[in-house]
Amino acid sequence: MGQRVNKVDTAVTSTGHRAAVGDPVLEIRNLSVDYGYDDSAVHALRDVSLTLGVGEVLGLAGESGCGKSTLAYAATRLLPPPGVITGGDVIFHSSRDDRRLDLFAMSDDQLRASRWDDMAIVFQGAMNSLNPVYRVGKQLIDVMTAHRPDRSRGQHRARAKELLEMVGISPDRINSYPHQLSGGMRQRVMIAMALALEPQVVIMDEPTTALDVVMQRQIVEQLVKLRNELGFSVIFITHDVSLLIELADRIAIMYAGQIIEDATADDLYRRPRHPYTYGLLNSFPPLHGPRRELSGIPGSPPDLTALPAGCPFHPRCPHAFDPCDGKRPELQGTGREGEGHRQVACFLHDGYEVAVPGHLAIAPKPREKSS
Amino acid sequence: MAQREGPATDAATTPTEDPIMLEARALTKHFPVRGLRGRGKAVRAVESVDLTLRRGQVVALVGESGSGKSTVARLLAQLYPATSGQVLLRGEPVKVRFGRRFRAYCRQVQMIFQDPFASLNPIHTVRYVLTRSLRIHHRGLSKEELETRLAGLLEQVHLRPAERYIDKFPHELSGGQRQRIAIARALGARPTVLLADEPVSMLDVSIRLGVLNLLKELKEELDLAILYITHDIASARYFADRTVVMYAGEVVESGDSESVTQNPAHPYTQLLVSSAPDPDKLADAAERPARGEPPSLIKPPSGCRFHPRCPFAMDRCKTESPPSLPAGDGRVAACWLYAEGVEKPAGLEVKA
Repeated sequence: MGQRVNKVDTAVTSTGHRAAVGDPVLEIRNLSVDYGYDDSAVHALRDVSLTLGVGEVLGLAGESGCGKSTLAYAATRLLPPPGVITGGDVIFHSSRDDRRLDLFAMSDDQLRASRWDDMAIVFQGAMNSLNPVYRVGKQLIDVMTAHRPDRSRGQHRARAKELLEMVGISPDRINSYPHQLSGGMRQRVMIAMALALEPQVVIMDEPTTALDVVMQRQIVEQLVKLRNELGFSVIFITHDVSLLIELADRIAIMYAGQIIEDATADDLYRRPRHPYTYGLLNSFPPLHGPRRELSGIPGSPPDLTALPAGCPFHPRCPHAFDPCDGKRPELQGTGREGEGHRQVACFLHDGYEVAVPGHLAIAPKPREKSS
Repeated sequence: MAQREGPATDAATTPTEDPIMLEARALTKHFPVRGLRGRGKAVRAVESVDLTLRRGQVVALVGESGSGKSTVARLLAQLYPATSGQVLLRGEPVKVRFGRRFRAYCRQVQMIFQDPFASLNPIHTVRYVLTRSLRIHHRGLSKEELETRLAGLLEQVHLRPAERYIDKFPHELSGGQRQRIAIARALGARPTVLLADEPVSMLDVSIRLGVLNLLKELKEELDLAILYITHDIASARYFADRTVVMYAGEVVESGDSESVTQNPAHPYTQLLVSSAPDPDKLADAAERPARGEPPSLIKPPSGCRFHPRCPFAMDRCKTESPPSLPAGDGRVAACWLYAEGVEKPAGLEVKA
C-alpha cells in the first residue's frame, strides 16, 4: 500500500503547453472569476489556464485566499453568488467515449447528468458534508439511484458495500450514521461517494486538512492506490506543498488569483523558479536533514481588493527589479533546454538582462528523477 | 528558588542548569460525562502527565487532536482545576481559581491561543487590548509610561512603526499581525512562562515561520520558558529544545527534539514521524505498520493506551501500564519494550 506510484511521464514540447502524456481530460482556459459586481468586484481568478492529463495527479497549492478553491468551484460550475465567471472555457474530454463537453455551455440537465458521472468533487471539510440524519449507506445509494435508475436497489446496495470496502471501511458500517464514524472514516466515505460512478476526474479540495497526519497518510495512500487501480485523474488542492510533492505528478502554485508556476513535482521541489515557490518551500521546516534557520516569506499575503500594480508578489519578493512593479508577468514556458513542461510567471526568467539568483536558476545538469 | 528535580520523566535526562519555572507533576484531568447515560463516567483527557519548563527553553508538546495537549496547557494556565496532581510555579505548588491570586499567577504565566481571529475582541482597538494588559498587571502606570510601554510592546513583536498599528481594529490586520498583537498582549504582563497553544496553525503557511522566529527571539531576549503545543512534529524539531509526545492523554516519549524526531523510540512517535509528509524520502516509502485510530478516552484500553494499534504489542502491554523508561540518548519512553530484559523486536530501530 505504501508503494510509490510511477509518475506520469512528461514529454518535452516546444510550446511548453499541454504536455502531459495521455491526452488532456480537463482543460481550463483563461478562466476569470470575480466576486461582486461593477467596480467593487474582486478579481479572484485572472486568466488561469490549466490542463489535467489522463491519469494525472495535479496538485494545486497556495495560501488561503489565493483562489485555489474558487478555481475548483468555477471549473465545475458550482461557484455560488456573488462569484461570477467573467471569462474563459472549461472543456472536458472524455477518454472513454468521444465526448467533448464545454462545461460553460451545458444546460442544467446536461450538467446534472455529467456531475458525479464525469467529474466528482470532494469538498473542503468533507467531514461535515454528510447529512447527519441519513445513514451513510443511503447517502451512497442516493448518488447511484439518481444516475443509474435502471439498476435495482439490491445492486446499488452491493455496490455501496463494495465502495466502502474499497476505501478501507468494513462494509457492515453501511448502516452507520455519520456521527458514529470517526473523522477519517467520514472523509473516506466522501471519497467513496465521489468514486461511486467511476468518474474520470476527481477534484479534492483540501480533503485532509482537518485530519491528523497519521490519518492523512492513510487517506493519501488509499487515494494513490485507488488511482492506480481505477485510473482516474485528480486535482488535489491543499496548502501543504510538502504533501503534494510526495503525492502529485505535477504541481501548480497559485498566488493572488494567478498560477505563478507550473512544473512537475520533482522539478518544482528541486529547482523552483519563482521566488514565491522558493519561499513557500522554505516555509516548511524539514523533519530530516540538517537543521537550519528558515525565514518563511516576509510581509503578508496580498489583499485581493487592493493588489499592488505589476507582479502581485513584488512587495514581498527579495529579487524584485525594474519591471516588477509596472508590468504583470505572464505565465509562460521558460523555453530553455532541459526544462520540459514548465511554466513560470516571473520577469527573472523572461529574457531581461538580469542575473538570476543562483537558487532560482536552472541547474546546468538536471538530476535524474529519483523514482 | 527551589532547585528540585522533576520526577522520573526529567530527573535523569536534563543536564541543563536552567531553573525550573513551571512544572506539572502527575497532572490528571477527568471531565465528567453529562447526561443520564453518562453517570459516573468520565473522559480521561489527561492522565498523570509530568512536564518541566525551564527558563530560556522551549518545550514542544506534540500529539494528535484529542490527545490532551490543549488540556495540559489549560491546566497549567489554571483555567481548569486539575482532578489530581500538582502545578508548581518556581517550585511552589499553586492552585488558584480567581481573584487576586489568579491575577498574580497570570502575571507569571501567560497564554497565546490558536486562533487570533477569535482571541482578539473585534470591537476593541490594538491600543485598548494592550492597555488592558498593562493596566491590569502593572497598576499605577503614568500616561507617559503607558505610551512608551505600548510602543515598546509593538516594537518587540516587530510591528513597526508602532503608530501605524496602535489604533487599528483586529479586522484591519492580517492573521500574522493579529497573532503578533496576541503575543504582545501576553508580553504586556511581563510573564516568565508563555503557553502557546498551536500559535501558528491558523496562519498562512508563508508567515508561520515569521511568528515562530519571533517567539524564538523573544525567548532569548526575555529568557522565557515556552510551552509550544503543536501537531506538527517537524515544527517542533525546528523550534523546540525538548519535545514531549502525547498519545491519548498520556506522555509516551520525551527528550531533546533532535533525538525524538530523528530516532524516535516509542512506536507511536515512530508512527507520527513516518506519517509526516517528507518530500526527500520519495523512493523508500516503507510499509507503515500501525493502523487504526486513537481510542475513546471514556473507556481507554487497559494497560498501554497504544497497544491496540502497536505493531510490537506484547501480552504485558494489554494489562500493565508502562512506566517511563530510559530509551537511550537521554530520552524516556513509556513503553515496555525499553524495560530490562526485553528483547527489542526487529524493525523497532527507525533510522533518521
